Amino acid sequence: MSVAESSSHTAAGVAVSERDVKQLCDIAELAVELAKRAGADHAEVVARGGSELTAKVRLGQPELVQEAGSRALGLSVLRGGRRAVTYTSDLRREALEALCAETVTLADFAEVDEFSMPPDPSLLATGLPDLDLYDPRVAEVDAAWALRQAIEAEAASRRADPRVTNSEGATWSRELGVSCFATSGGFVGGFRSSFCSLVAEPLCDDETDPTSPKKRNGFWWTASRFLGLLASPEAVGLEAARRTVATIGSRKVETQECAIVFDPEVARAMVGAIFTVANGSAFWRKSSYLVGKEGEIVASPLVTIVDDPLIPRGSGSRPFDGDGLPSRKNPVIQAGVLCPVMTDVYSARKLGRASTGSAGRSIGGTPGPTTSNLVMQAGSMTKQQLLRNTSKGLYVTNLMGFGFNPVTGDFSRGAQGFWIENGELTFPVSEVTIAANFDEILKRIDAVADDLELRAATAAPTFRVSHMTLAGTSRN
Amino acid sequence: MTTTLPAALRAPFSAGGASAIDAQLANRLLGLALEAGGDYADLYFEFRVSADYALEEEQVRTLGRGITLGLGVRVTKNDATGYAYCEDLAWEKMAHAARTAGQIAVGGGHPPLGVAPLAQVATPSFYAVPMPSLVMSTQDKLALLRTADRAARAFDPRIVKVEASFAESIKEVLLFTSDGRMASDVQPLIRLGVRAQAEDDGRRQSGTGGGGGRYGMEYFEIAQHDAAEHGREAARVAIAMLDARDAPAGEMPVVLGPGDSGILLHEAVGHGLEADFNRKQTSNYSGQLGKLVASTLCTVVDDGTIANSRGAINVDDEGYAGQSNTLIENGVLVGYMHDRLSAKHFGLTPTGNGRRESFRSMPLPRMTNTSLRGGQDNPDDIVRSVKRGIYAKRFSGGQVNISNGDFVFSLSESYLIEDGKLTSPLKGVNLIGNGPEILRRVDMLGADFQLSDGIWTCGKDGQSLPVNVGTPTVRISSITVGGTQT
Repeated sequence: MSVAESSSHTAAGVAVSERDVKQLCDIAELAVELAKRAGADHAEVVARGGSELTAKVRLGQPELVQEAGSRALGLSVLRGGRRAVTYTSDLRREALEALCAETVTLADFAEVDEFSMPPDPSLLATGLPDLDLYDPRVAEVDAAWALRQAIEAEAASRRADPRVTNSEGATWSRELGVSCFATSGGFVGGFRSSFCSLVAEPLCDDETDPTSPKKRNGFWWTASRFLGLLASPEAVGLEAARRTVATIGSRKVETQECAIVFDPEVARAMVGAIFTVANGSAFWRKSSYLVGKEGEIVASPLVTIVDDPLIPRGSGSRPFDGDGLPSRKNPVIQAGVLCPVMTDVYSARKLGRASTGSAGRSIGGTPGPTTSNLVMQAGSMTKQQLLRNTSKGLYVTNLMGFGFNPVTGDFSRGAQGFWIENGELTFPVSEVTIAANFDEILKRIDAVADDLELRAATAAPTFRVSHMTLAGTSRN
Repeated sequence: MTTTLPAALRAPFSAGGASAIDAQLANRLLGLALEAGGDYADLYFEFRVSADYALEEEQVRTLGRGITLGLGVRVTKNDATGYAYCEDLAWEKMAHAARTAGQIAVGGGHPPLGVAPLAQVATPSFYAVPMPSLVMSTQDKLALLRTADRAARAFDPRIVKVEASFAESIKEVLLFTSDGRMASDVQPLIRLGVRAQAEDDGRRQSGTGGGGGRYGMEYFEIAQHDAAEHGREAARVAIAMLDARDAPAGEMPVVLGPGDSGILLHEAVGHGLEADFNRKQTSNYSGQLGKLVASTLCTVVDDGTIANSRGAINVDDEGYAGQSNTLIENGVLVGYMHDRLSAKHFGLTPTGNGRRESFRSMPLPRMTNTSLRGGQDNPDDIVRSVKRGIYAKRFSGGQVNISNGDFVFSLSESYLIEDGKLTSPLKGVNLIGNGPEILRRVDMLGADFQLSDGIWTCGKDGQSLPVNVGTPTVRISSITVGGTQT
């Protein structure tokens, strides 16, 4: 396919207007009303609509162009304290009527759950903040332009270094959406949002060990709600190439205790893991090793983590939560001390407290606490300073696997990165694991760098854990 | 399927449905899709009804139900794919999706190709369920959850919490391709899951149990499959793990128990043999056909034809019948898993591995039921042969890097082997290895092949699919164990 300016791909019709938000809110309100009429005591409806565009290229040629729009509605009803949850992609009135009748019938099979009550109407959000989550320029992108961005990023990665010998491609994608929520408690709200991203995935041949030639992959990406905030295709391609080429010659190191430094890309994942053990749902289920430790020291004093849904243009921002409560900023860990955990209405009630306004809700799911923009605060030293005073350890750029048990805190994951010797990154490392109990990991954080960037909804700066067990080759 | 489904579970696009799609209509849509000059087009109609039930704190907490309906249209032009979908079977919506997908060929296409006359693909029947579970009463399913819950609690007074869930779905697909294939299938799927939490003297541990497959409720009448058994299994793991101690760190022999250990195989070789990676030369197994890639003890088969297994398919999502494909025979790589695109590239016939999560995504080469065939050794002898190592019994999942072959897999129940005997249970730990290297280190294989009990879901490119795995007891001479004790 040629990628000409005059491509007949057209962006017409994908832009989201305030009127679209109003229309979908009207449908959500109609569903609430129909559910009440069908016999529900209380109904909550989430309705979402939107469109996607994915443009992927590989070795300079288009590989996939995917374009489509979709809508869905999720209904949750309470009747006599019993709950049922359903969803459909058919938003016609007659389909909604049938759905409501079926949902109410289904609820009769559930048991009475005294904690399943709607929130007090006085707590519901009013006068929603405008968080600037929609960029009309994102909607103006057509497939030809998106393909060109991907082609440029991939070309930059292949040009960057002769050792880049192949590519898994580059992808430019966008999502435009409307999200509405209405309840019979009187809440109705909706907002539109945009999101776009570009990722490049170059590949190298690694023949360092001629008996076992390997391929080495890597990637780099940029993402934002705003088109103008994306990094250039050139920058994405170059960084992807740099990261990939650097892994050539990766090898195992000996099993030992050593310092572990987390690159921001994996530091993010560690911060995400903290939330899985510091939320109301895990707490009332007692499925977290942190249960009973609110107000206590659970991490190094260098650790402060905040969840903030109100950051303008933030990837994880939301004007209201999944229960219809106002969004608010919540501390998670303050200078090492565990703050009251984030809750939705249900988990808060199970714990005998008030919701922190942190409910997330998927189509067809029940609400539960979720993160918005979860950010670990920056420290004061530069990354160079942090590395320079690390005598020996692993700088981790990649984690693999699911080795985290929230109930016990046992943590063991595959890792990839670079060996640190006398403050310098020396050679690339792969096929090792790092392990320790999560409680020890958080308390052993002894250095936090100042390189925090809000590249994604969950963000963290580079940080160091004084020691963990690295498993690799046997000691000679 | 032998049973006639009630109207609510019948796809609106099937014959007699509200938006019945016949060959003539499909032909017109395929024609529109190819208008801009595409080489090939297919239509994938999907209707899925699902329900889920959850019990927690001895109460039925949530009941859920959902319906999805849609059409995915794919058009290819050389190696490029255009994809679009719609959730409404009105003609103008379907026509718009067909034209949108067809845009991939704009500018470089040829005059429109004709659509070949459509002929029904003969499909086998690997999951003819006497009665789909969705037809059965809600009370029957809630009874299962209560049975599992009670059995887990009764297992040991230290069990303090039990969660049980049941998920069921029925998916009907109807497929038309511009090269003249027409296929349909009805795919049932059920899964029971139990999670038990034990508490003793301040220590907390959890365990899981569960199973299912392409069955109706008759699944629970099979020995070892009843709900109480799954409840007890979850409780057994939670209690056993209360005494778990820190796992060792470093390289040592590992014995994998039969069944679920197939996850290692799925990660270590399975993904690397999906032919899209080999078409693009991005896998470690690229260009290795005919070469020794594993110990000669190893024969690896991906078999979509295992009756009622979670990964079974009568027909794949491109209209090719499910089949059994040998991937590695006595250590030699003999074949890849193909979808239409990769088969065309290699000049082969698709192997029935073209699968997609839903009408919203394009098909990719994917695994079905992947097994390592049984060997000759007595499983007890295998454990006895290890002086110091690990016995791996249950797993929470795995992941692989296709390019360099590194994979991890997480043990949720494992034991230290000391002088040929299982001793202490070990805390959750990861194993890490390199696929081709680890398969060369398989040096004992039990005669006790087992298929896992239908709990695994595989993710690739954001698409989740039900799969199954199986292995006998396996000894790996050395692999890195990611514990904390050096």
